[in-house]
Amino acid sequence: MSKKKKFLLSAVSLLILAALVVVVGEFTPESGSQWSNLRTVLQLGAVYALIAVSMNLCNGFTGLFSLGQAGFMTLGAYTYAIFTIPVSQRASVYYLYGVADWLSNVQLPLTVALLLGGLMAALVAAIVGAPVLRLKSDYLAIATLGLAEVIRIVVASSPLNRITNGSMGLTAIPGYSSYYGIFIVVAVCIALVALLINSSYGRAFKAIRDDEIAAEAMGINLPRHKQMSFIISSFFAGIGGALMAMYMGAISSTTFTISVTYFILLIVVIGGMGSITGSIISAFLVIAAREWWLRPLDQVQYIGTFKVPLLKTGFRMVVFSVILMIVVLFFRNGIMGDKEFNWDRIFNAFRGKKKKAAVSGGDSK
Amino acid sequence: MDTFLQNCLNGISIGSIYALIAIGYTMVYGILRLINFAHGDIFMMAGYFMIICMTDLLIPWYISVILVIIATVLLGVFIERIAYKPLRDAPRMSIMISAIGVSYFLQNFATYVFTAQPRSYPYDQMGFLSKKIQLGNLSTTMVTFITPILTVLLVLVLLLLIKKTKMGIAMRAVSRDFETSQLMGIKINAVISFTFAIGSGLAALGSILYFIPRSSVYPLSGSLPGLKCFVAAVFGGIGSIPGALVGGFLIGLCETFVKGSAFSEFSDVVTFIILIVVLLIKPTGLFGEKLEEKV
Repeated sequence: MSKKKKFLLSAVSLLILAALVVVVGEFTPESGSQWSNLRTVLQLGAVYALIAVSMNLCNGFTGLFSLGQAGFMTLGAYTYAIFTIPVSQRASVYYLYGVADWLSNVQLPLTVALLLGGLMAALVAAIVGAPVLRLKSDYLAIATLGLAEVIRIVVASSPLNRITNGSMGLTAIPGYSSYYGIFIVVAVCIALVALLINSSYGRAFKAIRDDEIAAEAMGINLPRHKQMSFIISSFFAGIGGALMAMYMGAISSTTFTISVTYFILLIVVIGGMGSITGSIISAFLVIAAREWWLRPLDQVQYIGTFKVPLLKTGFRMVVFSVILMIVVLFFRNGIMGDKEFNWDRIFNAFRGKKKKAAVSGGDSK
Repeated sequence: MDTFLQNCLNGISIGSIYALIAIGYTMVYGILRLINFAHGDIFMMAGYFMIICMTDLLIPWYISVILVIIATVLLGVFIERIAYKPLRDAPRMSIMISAIGVSYFLQNFATYVFTAQPRSYPYDQMGFLSKKIQLGNLSTTMVTFITPILTVLLVLVLLLLIKKTKMGIAMRAVSRDFETSQLMGIKINAVISFTFAIGSGLAALGSILYFIPRSSVYPLSGSLPGLKCFVAAVFGGIGSIPGALVGGFLIGLCETFVKGSAFSEFSDVVTFIILIVVLLIKPTGLFGEKLEEKV
């Protein structure tokens, strides 16, 4: 297939996806019907897609097994919330401890605060990155997991009461008035990550993932590239956390626990470690399953007069985690493996085995 | 002075519980090179098993203890068979992800079966273990006093087991070289199952000793102790059982003293700072063997 044709196909399908978002945004009721679930799924899915892509940049593309995502999300979310809660509502939000003096009259535009959230996460990643990234695979995982826990505890600690409102959490967090705000931010951020991955830096990241020693021998500066990947990943995780705060309207230190990191990791694994499109597809699928398709499992259901056994609050999450485990165990490469979405593969899948074998002989990617 | 001694006693007691759990991490890591993220949740499930036995089935505590240990051992071995064995030839990252998946599943499962509300632990029906005792000016429960003694005894037995028995020698061989030991006729799967059985059994005991003074269990109550015990295992040198014991004691003491000071909120922060500092200065821990990177 020619390059031009493929580009056209991609452009058309992206437009269709954008149109879907617009249709859902314009024509579905905010709450009440089955279709309002679609709104939730699209918005939350977009936020998780960004966070999953940010985690994939570090874990899938650079091969750094970092589990600090929840911590960086906390930083982004809190920074965003602290600077955007309307001045008029500050007193009621901070009713217990009062608000710090320098903060009481500061209110930044939403997008500026969003960027600030990302920068805050990136700053902490830069400070911690230098020592922590010297560690190897599973030690790095535990160290970053510990870091996330430290961030969570410090944010909720009493010396910061007048800034972060301690263990009370923050409420009245404003969001974009338009339904599309979140989508635009997510699209821009993911596009930036995609550009980075396709640049020479991206190729260096992949080289580090495949073989550190060989990469170093080829003249790639390991510490510098690892740090860069870690910091950029944290930056977008921070923005993702800020978007999450925006979506939920209220956060506390228990919003982003270790299980949030696990959840995002599982999204990344289902989509395929090292595939941006995989992460995006799986984020929407997983959120749709969790928030919509599996919802009925949480309520007691009757078929005629027969009460379906097992169904009660929490069963949804059990089924959901079983599905995740099945994917992890039996479909280890996830939806996309480490390949990106590719029209050739789709067409080959339709054309049957004989031709597919012939094509893959000449063009393995 | 009294508070100092009291802190010491509490610290050593909690530290030896950490040591019991850390042994599970360290042994599994020694053999499979896997951080068993589900270990903390196995510990949490053992807490619930105890509640089922004593509160729901009204079994006396001394029989319950045995039943809980058996159930937890079965759970641990079962998890290994289901979630780790199929991935034996997969990259290490895959097994780690599978372990995270198991942890996520156990938390959700516990939330579903036992609800997210904390359930009270039958701490006051544990016979002589829940008795209050007086040592000079220190008042404590029997269990706090017994825990360190029991732990040290168990560690000694475990060390003997590893040094002297055939299974112990096999375990050491497997941890040294996975493939060669297979060629020497060691049944790898049996060794790994045995390792998980010991780890889970100790986690069950640790869970009983941990929850008696704390009196309630909830689905996430395993995750933070689990992480701290891993820190203890790293501190002592991963793969080393005496290391896990010393690491557990040190982490327990640190935590108790910070909790007793003005910075009580930051006790967990201190634990993780210790982890990062240890990893940076001496990544092999206090007693760990040096692992060489093969090109």
